[in-house]
Amino acid sequence: MAPHDIRRPFKRAAISDQQKRRELSLQRQAQNRTEAQLQARRLASSILSFPNHNSDPQPLESLEPLVEEIVEEPETDAAGDITEIDIRQAARLKGSEARRWFASQLMLPEWMIDVPDRLVEDWYVFARPSGKRCFVVSSNGTTVSRLRNGSQLHRFPSALPNGAKTKESRSAQSYCILDCIFHELDQTYYVIDMVCWAGISFYECTAEFRFFWMNSKLVESGACEAPSNYHRYRFSLIPVYGCDHEGLQTAYTGEVPYVKDGLLFYNKHAHYQTGNTPLVLVWKDETCSQYVIDTDNKGQVPNQQQVVLELQDNGQLVTSDDPPVVLGCLNATFTQETGLHSGNLVRFAVNDGGLTFVDGKLEKADLHYVGKVHRARAFADSYSKIIFQYMVRNSPLRIEHLFASMGTVSEQGSNEVEMVG
Amino acid sequence: MALEVTQILLSAQSVDGSVRKHAEESLKQFQEQNLSGFLLSLSGELANDEKPVDSRKLAGLVLKNALDAKEQHRRYELIQRWLSLDVGVKTQIKTCLLQTLLSSVHEARSTASQVIAKVAGIELPQKQWPELIGSLLSNIHQVPVHVKQATLETLGYLCEEVSPDVVEQDHVNKILTAVVQGMNASEASSDVRLAATRALYNALGFAQANFTNDMERDYIMRVVCEATLAKEVKIRQAAFECLVSISSSYYEKLGPYMQDIFNITAKAVKEDEEPVALQAIEFWSSICDEEIDILEEYGGDFTTAVSDIPCFYFIKQALPALVPMLLETLLKQEEDQDLDEGAWNLAMAGGTCLGLVARTVGNDIVPLVMPFIEENITKPDWRQREGATYAFGSILEGPSPNQLVPLVNVALNFMLTALAKDPNNHVKDTTAWTLGRIFEFLHGSTMETPIITPANCQQIITVLLQSMKDAPNVAEKACGALYFLAQGFEDVGPSSPLTPFFQEIVQSLLTVTHREDAGESRLRTAAYETLNEVVRCSTDETVPMVLQLVPIIMMELHKTLEEQKLSSDEREKQNELQGLLCGCLQVIIQKLAASDATKYAFMQYADQIMNLFLRVFACRSATVHEEAMLAIGALAYATGPDFAKYMPDFYKYLEMGLQNFEEYQVCAVTVGVVGDICRALEEKVLPWCDGIMTQLLKDLSSNQLHRSVKPPIFSCFGDISLAIGENFEKYLMYAMPMLQSAAELSSHTSGADDEMIEYTNLLRNGILEAYSGIFQGFKSSPKTQLLIPYAPHILQFLDLIYMEKDMDEVVMKTAIGVLGDLADTLGSNAGSLIQQSLSSKDFLNECLSSDDHLIKESAEWAKLAISRAISV
Repeated sequence: MAPHDIRRPFKRAAISDQQKRRELSLQRQAQNRTEAQLQARRLASSILSFPNHNSDPQPLESLEPLVEEIVEEPETDAAGDITEIDIRQAARLKGSEARRWFASQLMLPEWMIDVPDRLVEDWYVFARPSGKRCFVVSSNGTTVSRLRNGSQLHRFPSALPNGAKTKESRSAQSYCILDCIFHELDQTYYVIDMVCWAGISFYECTAEFRFFWMNSKLVESGACEAPSNYHRYRFSLIPVYGCDHEGLQTAYTGEVPYVKDGLLFYNKHAHYQTGNTPLVLVWKDETCSQYVIDTDNKGQVPNQQQVVLELQDNGQLVTSDDPPVVLGCLNATFTQETGLHSGNLVRFAVNDGGLTFVDGKLEKADLHYVGKVHRARAFADSYSKIIFQYMVRNSPLRIEHLFASMGTVSEQGSNEVEMVG
Repeated sequence: MALEVTQILLSAQSVDGSVRKHAEESLKQFQEQNLSGFLLSLSGELANDEKPVDSRKLAGLVLKNALDAKEQHRRYELIQRWLSLDVGVKTQIKTCLLQTLLSSVHEARSTASQVIAKVAGIELPQKQWPELIGSLLSNIHQVPVHVKQATLETLGYLCEEVSPDVVEQDHVNKILTAVVQGMNASEASSDVRLAATRALYNALGFAQANFTNDMERDYIMRVVCEATLAKEVKIRQAAFECLVSISSSYYEKLGPYMQDIFNITAKAVKEDEEPVALQAIEFWSSICDEEIDILEEYGGDFTTAVSDIPCFYFIKQALPALVPMLLETLLKQEEDQDLDEGAWNLAMAGGTCLGLVARTVGNDIVPLVMPFIEENITKPDWRQREGATYAFGSILEGPSPNQLVPLVNVALNFMLTALAKDPNNHVKDTTAWTLGRIFEFLHGSTMETPIITPANCQQIITVLLQSMKDAPNVAEKACGALYFLAQGFEDVGPSSPLTPFFQEIVQSLLTVTHREDAGESRLRTAAYETLNEVVRCSTDETVPMVLQLVPIIMMELHKTLEEQKLSSDEREKQNELQGLLCGCLQVIIQKLAASDATKYAFMQYADQIMNLFLRVFACRSATVHEEAMLAIGALAYATGPDFAKYMPDFYKYLEMGLQNFEEYQVCAVTVGVVGDICRALEEKVLPWCDGIMTQLLKDLSSNQLHRSVKPPIFSCFGDISLAIGENFEKYLMYAMPMLQSAAELSSHTSGADDEMIEYTNLLRNGILEAYSGIFQGFKSSPKTQLLIPYAPHILQFLDLIYMEKDMDEVVMKTAIGVLGDLADTLGSNAGSLIQQSLSSKDFLNECLSSDDHLIKESAEWAKLAISRAISV
């Protein structure tokens, strides 16, 4: 039994830097884990509380009618903090903030400016109904549809799960959220996607799975039947085709009970992702849409292509993409004279100089100032939209190109696709 | 056979390596072939007075090693093997051992007493060998002194091996009586007295009951105090060791003896030989430890584990005499103590104790120390200047900043001059250390009056950077001071006073790392650690310079990988350097990844950095492994889904890390990195999950793995499930039963000590995070049905830990979150179960009214989810 060592640390910091590194790492990991969990919960709680606010005393109807409703695709915003807002707060948002929030809940297609790889293998196609894009939420014995700007379109009983106060008692869990287009002519909700059904979320499911589920469940529920007391509007499924030659042909020229507004392409493996996604694409030409070229407020096609861009602090003009694409720059004197501020949305006409591309990338645009944009509008145009509109006016991506691309793929069995752009 | 063993044992100690090796082989073979016979002949050898000392001693050691091992798993095996031996064999061995205590050969007795203690350590908890203590005590009355000495020594070892609760009080009383009698001044043999004093040190843990009895306690204390005055140094030293042990075990009983103890310790510090004086100072340091702990609990939360021991303020009462005694020791420095890592002398112990006293009493120490400082700090004798400076540095933690800041404002300039100009290395070392303490405790955003101002900032930095060129020990302290200087500016905002000097500071630190003598006094390590802190504290203004540091550190790391054919010594140095560089890169990556702008700029280096880390792994050393692993976690966080491309090359090292049971820190860090990778790759991690889950499940089933790694492994289940969602299905049948049995273990804590409760809460948190991740992972899936069978148990677990009333805030937050996740994912399927649970009512309400924002937030989530699930 030897004497016991009693040496104590001398002139040493109480904690070693290595220990500090470990602890800071653990802190960061714990923080990241909490954030991952919160994100999952926030998604769910926004779905859960969605119907609770459909009796909101401050409806956002004042924003309507939106002139650009049908002609323009809603564009996402890149303003991160607004998307973080819980829907309970969102119900209190007004104007452009409300629009931003609700728009950010929908999956928004990019415009097809070139043909994606493996169109035949990986993509679905269907004819998009012309109408109002909206979320339909059924819960607590009622059904509410909301436009992408958050305003309420209809409040009605439906045969969707828990969509009407019927005698058969439904589980409260049975809420559902559908992504629809409301078609005015036949007063029908065309279901283009399913976000939630009977309490099960489909956010993380592939399009293939969602479409399969949607087809079987919607019919089962009786929502596709003719309107009745407990079912004010009819819901209707859209025939979805695999994007082979025949499928594309059918979607493009086939008879449908609604007015077509272009074709939608869905990647089979894509999850339901809020905001802009390149895994859903929209394409149109005169054959399948009345609205190929953007119209102005009076419904006229302007002589020159018009684009809406957002003015930045440094005078740069950017698109709504994340990260934004810079299309030009305003000098300070001009900004001052016109009374523009950072964050303003500004409309420009594309001059004869057009858009210049280098290596397939947009390098510069010959722009001419038109004026500020109506205040109700929340977003600048996206890059893909500007390019698509430009191509439509100059060298459009035609249906033949789409057919041709699948021809080469299937014949050569390779992934190479001739670029059209 | 017996003769043969003697020869083998002697050969095993031969100077001839091959003979030795052969003998060791033979022993091993013998042990494997016939354990009983092997142990019998060893004990016979040890007991036989006719045999040579060397073979007897080795026989005893081999016997001891057959009963115990450091490594826990191995120890358990050895214990089981001993217990399964034939009773007759064991009795024969034990008889031999006891008989050896009577031997006249000291080495044989001493070895036997250790072996007896090992056997007792195995058998007493099993209620075997009940006659042992009786037969030992009967030895005490034997005439030969050496038998008495050996028996006391045996009792000492026995008390060290055996837990107090397996010895009945009657035996404890008899052991203590024998030991204290042996310590008594009337004991004629100093060997017996020393053995008894050392035995008491171990037996003190058995004396709980005796210390509550005034008469017995008085007797023990009197004998111990008398022994501190014994003629033999070793007895005095051992007696002071007993006092030190008593000061922490029986703090609350010391009141009546403090005056006497002060006198004894003061005398020892002043006059006695160093080993004794050091123990005397240690007594006071130990009292400080006790009072600091008690006072910290006073200041802390009264609702949790209030200590039942009050503070008796012994230090405060002794202060007027204690401080001068300690100050006197400060002048007894040794010439080169700062250059000797193992040094521990009177001045060092006294200064350390002074620092503890300052932490114990706070402001009261200042007026007692200041005159000493003022008197000595300008003296020509370096000992006086150094002692004064050390005293100043020692009292900087404890007293309030209000007291200290005015003093520091006066002293700062003097210190800077001394650091730059004092001729003595020792004085400069202590001055730089003191500056570091000033910055550590009195500089930072929470201070009312800043001690670093625009007026003196430049001078401070200039002097510190200059000192980084001084001797390695001084330069190391200067780096340390710079570390705390930077730390104090950590939350200063976008513009830091360090900005104008940032480049110069970084450059100087890099220069230090290249010094020829940077291996001395831990200098290189200090320089990199300071660089890390400077990086952590960089602001928007200086972060571009951090980005420039990336290729520089990468180049350094690259250089270490180019060195070839290293000696083992060089290899060790290379590994150490790689550890420092990986650590530095980790800090840089974490800093740059925190903002998008710098993250994108950094990403250009990601491929090359990852390549370097992989090469570091190829060198395989524990500490490098850990640092590179930590750095890779930071890199995964920075790169996000792109990290997938590194997985094919990285995976094998990830697996190696998860298999590293021995260095559990490495294993723990790797588990954390799995979490980082899950969050970075999300569903792309799926192809690697089979392998990862297999390793994690193996880790959990292993009783070799340090328990601290288990909670993070459970959390990691949650990370994986959250990343791969319903694909976790195939792991449910393995993961759920493990979670369930761990949950059962952790739901009851009655009778556990603080440390156990803390661990239990960590374990609960891990289990709950796993449940959260699994529920959330399945939420998007039609396979939620698979989770329904587990719901009753999980709800029951939540109820149980709620009823135990000892969960901490972290567990509370996670637990109520799990309730929400369960309700959200299972919905009406679990509605009635949830309604029946206590958690959905009392616990939820308690959380909803919590002051803790995070708990409240989770509770609101749970409330929302539950209301959905149960409203029909």
